[in-house]
Amino acid sequence: MRVMNKGQNRRSVLAGLAGTGLLLASPGIIGRARAQAGDAIRLGAPFHRTGIGASYGRWYERTANAALEVINAGGGINGMPVEMIVEDDGTDPKRGVELIEKFSAEHKVDAVFGHLFSHVAAATAPRAGELKMPYFLCSEAHTLAAGGFNRYCFQPSISDVKSQVSSMAPWISENLGKKITLIYPDYAFGYDHRDNMTAAIKAQGGEVVADIAIPPTETTFTRYMPRIPFNTEVIYHVMVGPAVMTFVKELGEHLGSNRPEIFGFIDSLEAVDIGIPQLEYLEGTHFWEGHARYAQADQTEFDKFYREKVGVDENGASVDDARDISTYAHMFSVWETLFAMKQAMEMADYKGPDQKIAFLEAMESIEGFEASNEFPQGEKLFNGKTHQAFSHQNISKVTDGKLDVVYRTSIEETLYEDETDYTQMSF
Amino acid sequence: MTLHNGKLLALCVVTVIVLFVLQFVLPPYLTLALTRILILSVFAMGYNMLMGYTGLLSLGHAMFFAAGLYAAGLSTYYWGVTLPVAFLLGIIGAFAVSLVIGLLALRTQAVSFMIVTLMFAQAGYLMTLQFTSITGGDQGLTLPTDARSFGLFGFVVDMTSDTARFNLALLIFTVVLGVLFAITQGPLGRLFVAVRENEPRTQMLGFDTYAIKLTAFTVSGTISGTAGALYGLMFGYIGSSFAGFQNSIEALLYTLIGGPGTLLGPLLGTAVMTMLIDRLSGITTAYLIVIGVLLIVVNLWFPKGILGTIRDRWLGWLK
Repeated sequence: MRVMNKGQNRRSVLAGLAGTGLLLASPGIIGRARAQAGDAIRLGAPFHRTGIGASYGRWYERTANAALEVINAGGGINGMPVEMIVEDDGTDPKRGVELIEKFSAEHKVDAVFGHLFSHVAAATAPRAGELKMPYFLCSEAHTLAAGGFNRYCFQPSISDVKSQVSSMAPWISENLGKKITLIYPDYAFGYDHRDNMTAAIKAQGGEVVADIAIPPTETTFTRYMPRIPFNTEVIYHVMVGPAVMTFVKELGEHLGSNRPEIFGFIDSLEAVDIGIPQLEYLEGTHFWEGHARYAQADQTEFDKFYREKVGVDENGASVDDARDISTYAHMFSVWETLFAMKQAMEMADYKGPDQKIAFLEAMESIEGFEASNEFPQGEKLFNGKTHQAFSHQNISKVTDGKLDVVYRTSIEETLYEDETDYTQMSF
Repeated sequence: MTLHNGKLLALCVVTVIVLFVLQFVLPPYLTLALTRILILSVFAMGYNMLMGYTGLLSLGHAMFFAAGLYAAGLSTYYWGVTLPVAFLLGIIGAFAVSLVIGLLALRTQAVSFMIVTLMFAQAGYLMTLQFTSITGGDQGLTLPTDARSFGLFGFVVDMTSDTARFNLALLIFTVVLGVLFAITQGPLGRLFVAVRENEPRTQMLGFDTYAIKLTAFTVSGTISGTAGALYGLMFGYIGSSFAGFQNSIEALLYTLIGGPGTLLGPLLGTAVMTMLIDRLSGITTAYLIVIGVLLIVVNLWFPKGILGTIRDRWLGWLK
């Protein structure tokens, strides 16, 4: 028979509970002691280490580490080393909000950067404004440029989805066709593509002959295929998620060799090897790329430098593992955002939170960036009023299982009318 | 009126006092974290009313959280109603949704009930995506800046102030705790427990168990929606991820860890889970594995949750 010593057990349970409580609270105290203003620039990096954005998060972190190595090897910012504190946001908006509070109140960072998925950024941005925390997005969300956020939020590297989509329309209508069938996921990201492409192709004298929204829960697409009209000249697809392989296979089975032109956004196939047999049907089709995954014949010295530092080979894969494909079309935004922050901090002679407003105003005063090792994707215009950057976009064709850039837009093609002016907003 | 379970009432009062004092003791971040814990524990307390006290395991409570979140958030976003009115609308919205869903879901039992609540919640989640033009879908909506403060009895409450946020969350938590104390420690609460322990016998004694379960379901859903309304208005963002399956599971886990069928269990469970995720995610990328292992260990050693185990072994009044 088991004899239980009640007093001892109760004591041990209470002791255990108290110990757990102390353990859970203690890093907060350590965090406070660690954060001393003036000895280093501290940046909060809430990356998507887990959740639906994990493949992006993994490469965003690698890219950020590489950029910081370069920055610190060059003397840091204003003579101070730059430290990065990484936390996993789980690609979850609720956790995104929690982390901005943690970075602000516990780690006491100087700025936060690195969010990609727009729903996480949309949840985090209002809280960043309330906490007066400079918040740099590495996302394509249009919400910022549309005036939905606040003066503390910036997107200094990657162009937003409105800019990307509208800049593709002229080339598509001139080279592929004017009658478009849109296939997109039935949620906000897909609607951004639908709305912007419909407007942009109309402006080119084309039309959308069908738009097919596919619910995110679908795992097979056969029943949607007959809805592609016979007069379709271009299929425009943005299928994000693991179902993309099935989508491509079923598209091939339905259309066969007598297919219309196909244009997609590489978002669906970031971190995926284009050359695998399941994606054979994409041979000869076109994709948008923010930054060309495969090193091109006219590769710049800046792109070479960036690839070498991040550890990416000429095929866009990790130099350590050829099967580990990067999210090359997007991850440059982390690298460039860090250098944009560095430039603004140097302009403001930033030493700590006392110069926060000067740092933000310096950021707003920047008009653009030249192509360089710091901005390997290419030159950019930066709009201080909308806090949004505009850059060249690439259209690539799948040739022999690789992506070859066939057209690079001008920056002018990516511009649109300002929709807000954050400089009119108080800090 | 007879006061039942004075010891538990005293513990509740002490807990609220300790929570109030903590804001002066804890470092700023832990105060912010405690604000979130208080809101989420209201959600878990609502869940506990159904799962812990009445014995009905729902897998779809995110829909009630989301009903409160959207009713409050959309009314302030589109109609510009003041925050107190939006909050009330959130509670009313959650009440209406939980009453209607309860009327339908309670026609099923056990596993069927779990599946039906899950399906309703999934339908609710997909509706938030379907009506993206209104709800903002997965990307969500950021509430306008003028919805970040409100006037009440001549005072202006600034939702961006950490002190105001904490004390508002504590006030709502205290009110919900008081209401739940009154319900669970009174005749109605005993009926809930009677249904949980032996429904046929409760019927045999002449009680309408369908009505009892519907009451529990509606109270549970309304309180969960209260947490949703508070969360949306306090953080200025509403989005479909709050209607997702994961949110339902979180309420279940908070309750399981703390102790189903104990009044303060959800608070403890929410605090432990939230802080574990918060601390471990900064130490290791494998924090979800660690938490999974911990959940298994807790279930093996404390199958009735932390407070549930303490209640069964030593403090019988802790219910």
